[in-house]
Amino acid sequence: MAAPTEQLDYVSFGTPLELLSEDEPLKRPVPLQEQTVKDDRGRIKRFHGAFTGGFSAGYFNTVGSKEGWAPSQFISSRQQKAEKQVFQPEDFMDEEDLAEHGIAPREIMTTDDFASLTKNQIRSKAQALSVLAAPIPGATVLEDLIAASRISIGVKLLRKMGWKEGQGIGPRVKRKLQRQRNGAGLRLYGCSLPPEESDKSEEEDDAYIPENVTFAPKDVTPIDFTPKDNLHGLGYSGIDPGKALIGGVLEEHIHLFSVESERTSNLLGSEGYSTTRKIGVSGQAFGVGVLEEEDDDIYGTESLSRYDTVIGEEEPGDCMYGWSAPYEYSKKNAEFIKDIAYAGKILEGFTKPSKSLSIKKIYLPPELPRDYKPVHYCHPVMSTSNTSYQKSSDLMTSCRQMERAALQNSRHQMNAVLRRNLIEEPTLPGPSSVFDLLSNEAKKRIKEVKQAVEQKQLSQSLPSCIQTVSTDEALRAWQNICGNEIGTFKPFEKIPEKQARYEKYISKLKQGRSDALEASLDSQMTEWERGREREEFVRAAMLYKPSNSTLASRFTQGKHEDDSENVYVVPDHEDDLNDKEAAVKMKMFGQLTRDAFEWHPDKLLCKRFNIPDPYPSSSIVGLTKVKKDKYSVFNFLNVMENTKPHLKQSQSDLSTNQKPDKASIPLKSNRQSRWDVPGKENDKKDSLSEFITFARSQSLSERQGSQPDSSEPAIIPKEQTAPTLDDLEEKRPSMDLFKAIFANSSDDESSSEGDGDDEDNQQGQNKSSLIKDPTSLIECQEPSKNKTKETFSNQEECQPTKSSDTSENLATQEEFGPRLPPVVPYGTVSLSSGSVFPETIKRKYKEKQNKHKPKMDHKQKRYKKKKKHRKHKHKSKSKKKIIEGCTSSSDSTESSGSDTGASSSVLSTEELLKRIKVSLQRHEKTW
Amino acid sequence: MAFPQPKPEKAEMPSKLLRTVDCKQGAVRAVRFNVDGNYCLTCGSDKSLKLWNPYRGILLKSYTGHGYEVLDADGSFDNSQLCSCGSDKTVILWDVASGQVIRKFRGHAGKVNCVRFNEEASVIISGSIDSSVRCWDTRSRRPEPIQIMDEAKDGVSSLQVSEQEILTGSVDGRVRRYDLRVGQLFSDFIDSPVTSVSFSKDGQCMLSSSLDSTLRLIDKDTGELLGEYTGHKNSKYKLDCCFSDKDTHVGSCSEDGKVYFWDLVEGSLALAFSIGSGVVQSLSFHPRESKLLTAMEGNVQLWGKQSDEEETVD
Repeated sequence: MAAPTEQLDYVSFGTPLELLSEDEPLKRPVPLQEQTVKDDRGRIKRFHGAFTGGFSAGYFNTVGSKEGWAPSQFISSRQQKAEKQVFQPEDFMDEEDLAEHGIAPREIMTTDDFASLTKNQIRSKAQALSVLAAPIPGATVLEDLIAASRISIGVKLLRKMGWKEGQGIGPRVKRKLQRQRNGAGLRLYGCSLPPEESDKSEEEDDAYIPENVTFAPKDVTPIDFTPKDNLHGLGYSGIDPGKALIGGVLEEHIHLFSVESERTSNLLGSEGYSTTRKIGVSGQAFGVGVLEEEDDDIYGTESLSRYDTVIGEEEPGDCMYGWSAPYEYSKKNAEFIKDIAYAGKILEGFTKPSKSLSIKKIYLPPELPRDYKPVHYCHPVMSTSNTSYQKSSDLMTSCRQMERAALQNSRHQMNAVLRRNLIEEPTLPGPSSVFDLLSNEAKKRIKEVKQAVEQKQLSQSLPSCIQTVSTDEALRAWQNICGNEIGTFKPFEKIPEKQARYEKYISKLKQGRSDALEASLDSQMTEWERGREREEFVRAAMLYKPSNSTLASRFTQGKHEDDSENVYVVPDHEDDLNDKEAAVKMKMFGQLTRDAFEWHPDKLLCKRFNIPDPYPSSSIVGLTKVKKDKYSVFNFLNVMENTKPHLKQSQSDLSTNQKPDKASIPLKSNRQSRWDVPGKENDKKDSLSEFITFARSQSLSERQGSQPDSSEPAIIPKEQTAPTLDDLEEKRPSMDLFKAIFANSSDDESSSEGDGDDEDNQQGQNKSSLIKDPTSLIECQEPSKNKTKETFSNQEECQPTKSSDTSENLATQEEFGPRLPPVVPYGTVSLSSGSVFPETIKRKYKEKQNKHKPKMDHKQKRYKKKKKHRKHKHKSKSKKKIIEGCTSSSDSTESSGSDTGASSSVLSTEELLKRIKVSLQRHEKTW
Repeated sequence: MAFPQPKPEKAEMPSKLLRTVDCKQGAVRAVRFNVDGNYCLTCGSDKSLKLWNPYRGILLKSYTGHGYEVLDADGSFDNSQLCSCGSDKTVILWDVASGQVIRKFRGHAGKVNCVRFNEEASVIISGSIDSSVRCWDTRSRRPEPIQIMDEAKDGVSSLQVSEQEILTGSVDGRVRRYDLRVGQLFSDFIDSPVTSVSFSKDGQCMLSSSLDSTLRLIDKDTGELLGEYTGHKNSKYKLDCCFSDKDTHVGSCSEDGKVYFWDLVEGSLALAFSIGSGVVQSLSFHPRESKLLTAMEGNVQLWGKQSDEEETVD
């Protein structure tokens, strides 16, 4: 083929055709219908309509998928709720629509609100296009007619400010009435001016102008300053080739002389008329086309009469809108004109100055010397000879100036060094002073100066030391103080001797002695130490001089040290229980029994209660607290400290007796439950104690046991019964031991026992209540493992008839608070059907009721017996069961009788014991 | 011309047994009317909480979820929720309709004696034997209480909530009133362990019952004693006291199987009627009518005025 050299010579455009191989058959050209056009992304593009404007909501032009728009997935779950979507038209557009030439091009433009009234280019272009595309040319006129009037925001604002259309902008002016001039036929060239607003010379108007009438300023239309760059005549524009074919567009050209206001006024009407009418070629140069029906005399309109023939009349000053037209000569200031004739026209609002400006005289800058260099050198040369004394002393003292100022003034003027000394912080590494940075020369110089100063000072015998100044001040400060301020501040507390010296110094200061400092110092110290101490004392005295009352008043000495050993504790005002109890007894409720505390509810709690936070600024929640020693016992002993000590003791004793498991309960172990204390009423029902009380009262024939602290006898009988039977009883272990050994976890029996105990005292009611409790009854009928437990746990338990399966350990734990009434087991016969009980159960129940009483006796007895005869104990145990049986069977009177307590009160203990013995023997026989 | 006001009817206390319901849930630890008095809640010792229509004796729903016996319950103002507490140291918030546990509040160290909703049921306030009162948030999901009031020195046996106050009665013998609006805690000393407290309907008085078998009416603002009511027997058990529907009477359970009503002003015993031979554990007065619910052992009894018709026993 072609040689490479040849190739180089040519520039090739386009894609080369494939080389034809001669063997292959000729390729068929792709038929027209199969040719495709692809867009910039390679997607096949189909054309709908002439351009892209065809409406087709299919795949190929609008949406990017074959299926069209994918339906939005409905997602809704508990966490993620489907939100309601509001679609904008833009959501259905693809990027092509949003592109520059699409339906909704995206670009930044002023919104209609802020757009000026002049139509923007795009809009006009679109309008023109639509006019072209419309089936009937000029159909948009209707739209123009109907279109909502949109007022730009500027106009709106102006209107609100009182502006009306046709007026100018600005403050109202006092002016002569405008003379309306008939300017209909006037022509203007180049710049079109509203003729009706053009004001005339004001000469004739002077006569009838009301004084107080003001007028809006004239409206101003901007003058078109487009430079004329062609050779046409003024106002002429040739036929625009782009518009030539559409007659309607040319209306501007035709109405060459119609002024702006006119045009706007008849814009719609006349324009519409002309556009509908004119089609085909029209224009100045063409005349009337063939297609035009109306034979306008287009030439005739251009009559010369419409032209202005007069020069000069047309130039009123007021009409120079928007720009500073030359001032109009008026007849009034005709004489003035002459003066300024040389200067040409004077602008409106300006007058010629009466005084001529004085010309500013301009002086030349001074000439620089030849050898001037614009660089500054500093030469702080200070020779000892010529420095004044004042200066040098200043220099010397300046280094300590700050320190001194601090001493003299207040703590606020302390410098860093001073503060560092105060808090005894080590000095920072690095150069400690500026002098370290100085060169040797400079140091030398300073030294010289210093020496000179010192010499001079010596010679003049001036008050040498700064210290003396401050000591004097300290003296002055402390002199009039008689209080004992030193007690409050001890700067040298760590070194007692030093502190003592300081105090001495201060006391001497107070006495007003001027030698206070020297006298108080230790003479045995070295000079250096003394000097230092002197300084420190003075400083301390000055720092904490009592005149610094602000300092003193602001702080108060801490009552406690800030240690971790402190804890915040609620102030306990509730501890004066003695008074309160007295008040309660006297029924003097009210202030005596009431305590009020500041209590801060939680913010959230207030919110939930819909109540404003009473303490909005506080961060405390609950009661306000005070600081107390953390390890103080008194923090935790705030419950019962008032009550009688012996009661307390016995009460704790009792409580341990009652509840062996209580110790294992972690909660609030520091708080004693009041339930542990048998109340006054409870005590009476405590059968053991009561019995013992009886016994004691019988034996001692003393006062009846109606004492409030009836728990006391619970201890006493041990001692009292012991002496009577102490022949073999060496020493009885405490109740706790028994309890620990014999008490088991389940308190069923004990609870039922408690019921039994109750019976003793409340026989009236217990019978019926017990009847309703068959399960517990039955339980009791079961041979109890150890009866000793019953005997010991005869203190009332709180869940008297808890069902056996549920009440295990929990029940024993829960023995705080008022007891819950006995549980009726599920499915129990109700009150009314109580009589339906089988007779046996009833009987057994009675037994159980009765069992208690003999048991008590038996217990007493057993105490003795146990110690006496170990082997006998076993027997007695077995016997005890029998006792129950026999008592139940034999004597119903004693059990059911309400006066067991009474009878026992009659009987003495000996008698009781005797009785028991008898019964025992009897049962042994039966056994 | 104004007619004279009709003379107010003399309030008649409920003394006629209208219905007895065997709750079949062991001992009924507490019985409570709901907010409008149409239903009642019973707390059983068999761990269940039951909702009843006491007038017809119909069991509406049984709520199970407590691990031990239920001690107290309350219904929300809109009857949509219940709260209950029990010996299992928990406070449970229930959905009435479904019977499901909405929230279970743990945090008390001992059995919870009493529980109340606040007015909007946004807070549950519970008092426990661990001597603390805890305020639980029902709106959020946080497990901790909003606030813990542990001023009591001993177990809290009873509490009431008003619009702005929390009234607690404690075994340490004090009635404490936490006033949220004022930001004050008022503590009134009543020597004997307090078993039950109650606000009067007008919110001016507090009623406390204590283990010295005495009811005391205390002026809320000053703490002065306005009245003392005795005659019943309450020395061991935690028994309820109440105001009547129009604050004319105060009532209390008793350990001798009776219910006592005293004239509030005169302090004289107005009425005492026997429920049974056991201990009347709990009672609840109808919020608007002269109706009374009492609980003794496994039964709940509805009492009405003598004029009330006795419901047919099913």
